[in-house]
Amino acid sequence: MMQNDISNTIHESSLLFSDYEAGAGVRAALSMSREDILFELKASKLKGRGGAGFPTSTKWMLVAAAKGDDKFIICNADEGEPGTFKDRVLLMNYPFLVLDGMVIGGYTVGAQHGYIYLRGEYVYMKEYLEECLQEMRDNKMLGENILGKEGFNFDISIVMGAGAYVCGEETALIESLEGQRGEPRNRPPYPVNTGLCGAPTTVNNVETLATVPHIILMGGEKYAEKGTSGSAGSKLFSVSGDCDRPGVYELDWGITINQLLERVGARNTKAVQVGGASGICVPKSKFDRTLAFEDAATGGSIMIFNESRSMLHVLKNFMDFFVEESCGQCTPCRLGNQKLLEGVEMIEQNAYTFAHINNLKELAQTMKVASKCGLGQSSPNPFLSILEDFRDEIFHTKINGGVN
Amino acid sequence: MLELEKNNLTREIEEFALAYENNRTALMPLLEYIQSKYHHIPDFAQQEVARVLDIHPVEVYGVVSFYSFLNDQPKGRNIVRLCKTIVCDMGGKCAIEKAIERELKMKFGETSPDMKITLEFTNCLGMCDQGPAMIVNDRVYTRLDPEKACAIVREIK
Repeated sequence: MMQNDISNTIHESSLLFSDYEAGAGVRAALSMSREDILFELKASKLKGRGGAGFPTSTKWMLVAAAKGDDKFIICNADEGEPGTFKDRVLLMNYPFLVLDGMVIGGYTVGAQHGYIYLRGEYVYMKEYLEECLQEMRDNKMLGENILGKEGFNFDISIVMGAGAYVCGEETALIESLEGQRGEPRNRPPYPVNTGLCGAPTTVNNVETLATVPHIILMGGEKYAEKGTSGSAGSKLFSVSGDCDRPGVYELDWGITINQLLERVGARNTKAVQVGGASGICVPKSKFDRTLAFEDAATGGSIMIFNESRSMLHVLKNFMDFFVEESCGQCTPCRLGNQKLLEGVEMIEQNAYTFAHINNLKELAQTMKVASKCGLGQSSPNPFLSILEDFRDEIFHTKINGGVN
Repeated sequence: MLELEKNNLTREIEEFALAYENNRTALMPLLEYIQSKYHHIPDFAQQEVARVLDIHPVEVYGVVSFYSFLNDQPKGRNIVRLCKTIVCDMGGKCAIEKAIERELKMKFGETSPDMKITLEFTNCLGMCDQGPAMIVNDRVYTRLDPEKACAIVREIK
């Protein structure tokens, strides 16, 4: 891993990026009952950090309550959302935090096996993570009767993805683990009941799992003291684009975009893409919005664009991405994204009519409700938000002969 | 493919699948193994994988064609993947692209005739804070500029 010239730049840290003694969270958790762990998680109000924000305690409770001899816990390390790299930093700098979170999860829901689904692009981490797993096995943190706890058997294996963004969607990820094309399933049934090989399965983001040991150690209520009422605790933000100090920031939920921009040293900022390509583009006039599940939600991706950037170019880059990464299974997403990209190209070439653009906006709304999974449901977001908030730049300057 | 090579490949596939009790969950790791060793997954390998896992060959082909890191056509022994997502794009990806194309006298999307290099674009590599970035085989290079990128590809030429 050392031969790669990757630097994991952490600018601000509070909880996740603090000292953690490997195994401490597991030791504390194994002295508690499963119900108590679920109670602490509920009190912490921890929501899924991948972006969807589903309450972790509810998910684990459903798997714990589901009937089945085999149960699985999956760590979703298919970090493919453009502009997101916090999981890379967590896995490389704090691997035991994530792995301990999986062990605690395995204990809580009654799983015997865990999988880390690592994106193909992160293959350089695999060897290091395997070493970490071996170290845990040597220390009786994995295997049979973990830390002497009678009947608690749990092990973890790493499975590599192969370059498909859609596999970050939990049911597509499960299909991929089963050796299928990574096409999302219909839901319901949900993975908590019918997941990997038909068994109850919880799929959690790397950051969610890394938070769990800290919650066990500090108590759920204490964790929930930070953040906002709807978004408890702190969050890792992957900041990139036009700013002086790109990197990962651990900040409390509820910070405004303005405050964030100041911290990262961004100047002349025109727009901030919150939540990656599938997120929303926030214009300058709305920089007082807060980063929280109840306002501008994000899985961590913050991309900053300054005044020199063409928003149409940004939009085209995103639509290109979605056309390529749509799994092609459902029509609204497969063809819808192609049509939206065509529309963007028409605008670029000044060959559009407003009637057509309005049709495309309606199509975008249709995609949001008719697509099968989160990819097609959210891929129209940048199209809608950029054409709406930057319509002066996109549609008017050209008429004046201006150049974007 | 020579008969001897075929026999070797069959044995490798059988041994690999045995560790998974010939269960279909072996499919992805098995295909990734073949891909990394042979730089593509030939028809013969797909058929053998299907036979060993007791599934239809079309199921195997379906999976191979779905994932961008799996290919049924031969690719270069070295695959250069340059990130084209917006932040690397803003960081100067186009200049790097053009410089590499001039350096190697080939275009992105192509494989060199001597099968040494394939040039490809890829989506976000998760290196946005230190872009522009590219992956050569399994190795990541960050903070590229045209000169640095050309020096890297010259080494594998």
